[in-house]
Amino acid sequence: MSKSVVIVGASMGGLRAAEALRNNGFEGQITVIGEEIHAPYNRPPLSKEVLAKEVTHDAVAFKLRTQVEDVIWHLGDPATSVDLETQVVKTNSGKTFEYDGLVIASGLRPRVLNLPNGKLPGRHTVRTLDDAIGLRADLVPGAKVVVAGAGFIGCEVAATARGLGCEVTNVAIDSFPMIRPLGETLAAELQRRHESHGVHFRLGHGIRDLAGTDSFTGVILDDGELLEATVLVEAISSHCNIEWLANTNLDISNGVLTDSALRAITTDGDPVNAVYVVGDLARFANPLFDDEPRRIEHWNIPTETGKRVGAVLSAYLSQADNFAELAALPFTPLPTFWSDQYDMKIQGFGMPGLANRYELVAGELTDELVMAYFRNDILIGVVGIGMTAEVMKYRKQLLST
Amino acid sequence: MITIDVDMDKCQHYGQCVFEAPDIFKLNDNDKLEFVATADDIRRGDVESAVDVCPMQAISIVE
Ligand SMILES: Cc1cc2nc3c(=O)[nH]c(=O)nc-3n(C[C@H](O)[C@H](O)[C@H](O)COP(=O)(O)OP(=O)(O)OC[C@H]3O[C@@H](n4cnc5c(N)ncnc54)[C@H](O)[C@@H]3O)c2cc1C
Ligand code: SF4
Repeated sequence: MSKSVVIVGASMGGLRAAEALRNNGFEGQITVIGEEIHAPYNRPPLSKEVLAKEVTHDAVAFKLRTQVEDVIWHLGDPATSVDLETQVVKTNSGKTFEYDGLVIASGLRPRVLNLPNGKLPGRHTVRTLDDAIGLRADLVPGAKVVVAGAGFIGCEVAATARGLGCEVTNVAIDSFPMIRPLGETLAAELQRRHESHGVHFRLGHGIRDLAGTDSFTGVILDDGELLEATVLVEAISSHCNIEWLANTNLDISNGVLTDSALRAITTDGDPVNAVYVVGDLARFANPLFDDEPRRIEHWNIPTETGKRVGAVLSAYLSQADNFAELAALPFTPLPTFWSDQYDMKIQGFGMPGLANRYELVAGELTDELVMAYFRNDILIGVVGIGMTAEVMKYRKQLLST
Repeated sequence: MITIDVDMDKCQHYGQCVFEAPDIFKLNDNDKLEFVATADDIRRGDVESAVDVCPMQAISIVE
């Protein structure tokens, strides 16, 4: 009988895994189970150019290639459990799906603030298309918007909302926006640029509650300050969508731990040959940096992990002689990220967040620039604003160290 | 032959495509994207990789 693969999560990671299985010659059935009703779409525009225009599925949908024409999309019905012994996934509607190979691609969802008066309308997160459609409707000119969280997504939403004519205050417990990946010098400069575009900051602060009775009229900070607002966007951090794996013996302490073949690892430390992880959930060690397993929430990771899983899992399912050899190959994807804020094209490679020293290596701090990041004098990341050609020189160096 | 199209309204000249197929995509001296519009069929894999890595999803293969 021909083998079958079940992929849980119908987003970028799930789609790339399906494509890669086909590209590696797997001919059995592929079923993708998705919680959202939408076919896979691209998330980054949801906080950027698409949020600034009209948010539609067409504007962000991934083009489905001919290789994946015969994939079965079971959408709008999340997986609720899996039995790794009998190899069966169960969904919310009670359907069951048997598999020979399982791909975990269920990603993240936003964490929301725990607010006593939190039931009032006007709260938003930005992860899904439906989230972005809802937020877009509230970003009308003159609207008073509070963005909680000063990571990339929070800062992008702040910039986009300013562009739409909203009044924007960013509240975050960090000392500078985007400080964790970028370091203080660049983060402080980016704060200055946001302020020059009219964004207000309340840094070093949390949100205690919402003010208002029927509709919300403001946000109350931890020091008691009341910020008048009718829209709150929460971009503070994320939860891993791993509840459906709760009854397994996989190591789900932070995402799903994997080996270099992206096989899920049990709490006893054994890789499971039939179970793989892609995208934001995969926690793997990257020999480009060190042997510490980490999850990487960047857009190139679903593609890189999807390709790797396609190659290894198809070899496993066809009982290829080279399976063990393939699975043992090192996996060294270069984390790649970018962010558009106002007219700035921010682009980064590597893990600048791990650096203990950084240096402006090209351009001017107040203009286009390249910042190189070092850990113990070894180049570990690079971030540029504009200056693509210069950034690429450092990217090349990162790949050769 | 395959035909390649880049939506220049979407392209932000990030240059990710260049790594996948440097003979087809390149950034010129002004950091702007230039590309060759046709490629041999055997290059489909490389062009598909370029499609995959484009952050703006601006590249398509015209079927
Ligand atoms: C607004 C926004 C902007 C971003 N911008 C950038 C950027 O500029 N640059 C960058 O590098 N990265 C960016 N990212 C990150 C990037 O989009 C993610 O890294 C990528 O989407 C991860 O893909 P994934 O397939 O692993 O997970 P996801 O895209 O989270 O997909 C997981 C899917 O699984 C579904 N699911 C969850 N639980 C279940 C279940 N039990 N059963 C079935 N399905 C389930 C979910 O509904 C979801 O559709 C951004 C993310 C967001 C949200
Ligand atoms: S990767 Fe996409 S956005 Fe970047 S230069 Fe190529 S086509 Fe343009």
